[in-house]
Amino acid sequence: MSAPNLPLKIVDARGLLCPLPVIRTQERIKQLAPGTILKVLATDPGSLEDIPAWCRVHGHTVLETKREHHDIQLVIRVSD
Amino acid sequence: MRSIPRPQRRAVALISGGLDSLLAARVVQEQGIHVEGVNFFTGFCVEGHTHAIRDRKHEKPKRNNALWVAEQLGIKLHVIDISEDYKDVVLHPRHGYGQNLNPCLDCKIFMVGKTLELGLIDDLDFDFVLTGEVIGQRPKSQRRETMPIIARESGANDRLLRPLCALNLPPTLPEREGWVNRDQLFGFHGRSRKPQMELAEKFGFSDYAQPAGGCCFLTDETYSNKLRDLWQAQDSRDYQLDDIMLLKIGRHIRPRPRFKLIIGREEGENRFLAGYRKQFTHLAVTNYPGPLALIDGNPTTTDIELAARIVARYSQGRAADKLLVTVTSVTGVTRDIEVTPMAPNELEPSWHVGS
Repeated sequence: MSAPNLPLKIVDARGLLCPLPVIRTQERIKQLAPGTILKVLATDPGSLEDIPAWCRVHGHTVLETKREHHDIQLVIRVSD
Repeated sequence: MRSIPRPQRRAVALISGGLDSLLAARVVQEQGIHVEGVNFFTGFCVEGHTHAIRDRKHEKPKRNNALWVAEQLGIKLHVIDISEDYKDVVLHPRHGYGQNLNPCLDCKIFMVGKTLELGLIDDLDFDFVLTGEVIGQRPKSQRRETMPIIARESGANDRLLRPLCALNLPPTLPEREGWVNRDQLFGFHGRSRKPQMELAEKFGFSDYAQPAGGCCFLTDETYSNKLRDLWQAQDSRDYQLDDIMLLKIGRHIRPRPRFKLIIGREEGENRFLAGYRKQFTHLAVTNYPGPLALIDGNPTTTDIELAARIVARYSQGRAADKLLVTVTSVTGVTRDIEVTPMAPNELEPSWHVGS
């Protein structure tokens, strides 16, 4: 699934170990309006499971996940 | 005449990711209470870290148990970084340490108090806090005498409910006010896990986490020894987050009091250590596959050569007469030194930190 073409907010959690990428994502989302698209950059493979899990329990939508070698990228749409 | 509906009461649950907090939250949910969870990151959490660092191409992905619990319960989970404030708990536990350097009673008091302090109760309008504590479950923090201490010193007082052992304790505010029915709470006690396992079966939970050594590195003897060594070497009981993360991985070898080596044990650890190349002088064998090693401390020139011999001993060139080790300073200046790999019997057992 591809992300809509909207301006992105970015969280750079590269080099951080879980749960810190989850925490950084959570802190950023608290400041964002519903509907905002957030891109999360990470390197801990756990981010691929933990951030979508956190989004599921909070009702946010993961639009895209991508992993190239050690670089991970998630695109999230902030819910109400 | 229509009666005015009672507002749904709201509770915040401390979720560790283990069975007890899962059950405690579900017991309260069953009574129609709105529950949300909070999970704290102290920096010492076992959850995921060594797994994330070490190469895991042969392992299946590991879940975050607190998030898994939240999904099972269908609740929001607030994951909070308390690593900075938690230092004071580790360094100055008012109630002392439990197993190794685990400040377990102070930790519980701090976490319950932090839940209140963070404004979770005020901002999200929670009525009470709940935990999965069971009297007698843990020798230091979960005893009959400690339960009121935690309630009092955290500031939660009688808004702290322990659904799994509530029947062994005086009624709390949620029980007295009728927000929860005390008759539907439990009187578990002791170290047996059987009642919890039966309750888990009743609720249909089967894939819950069963951590063998708790969820905190401070309960681990080797890790605690490494932390003590750090304090001794820097002549002060203090730490930074990077310090305690680095204690989780690699071989820690201190051949001289003024420096130690942190040597990667496999590719994942080498990759993680590489993230610290701008903070530490580091060494790698040039002409054979081998580990990346960081030097923590203030080594002399002679020490650097000794360090290079040790690093060479852990490379695939360990049987060679001579090999090259590249030493790179924090400013990126490199130099190659030729060394003889250290023989196994030259490596003093006492140099291994933590054992």
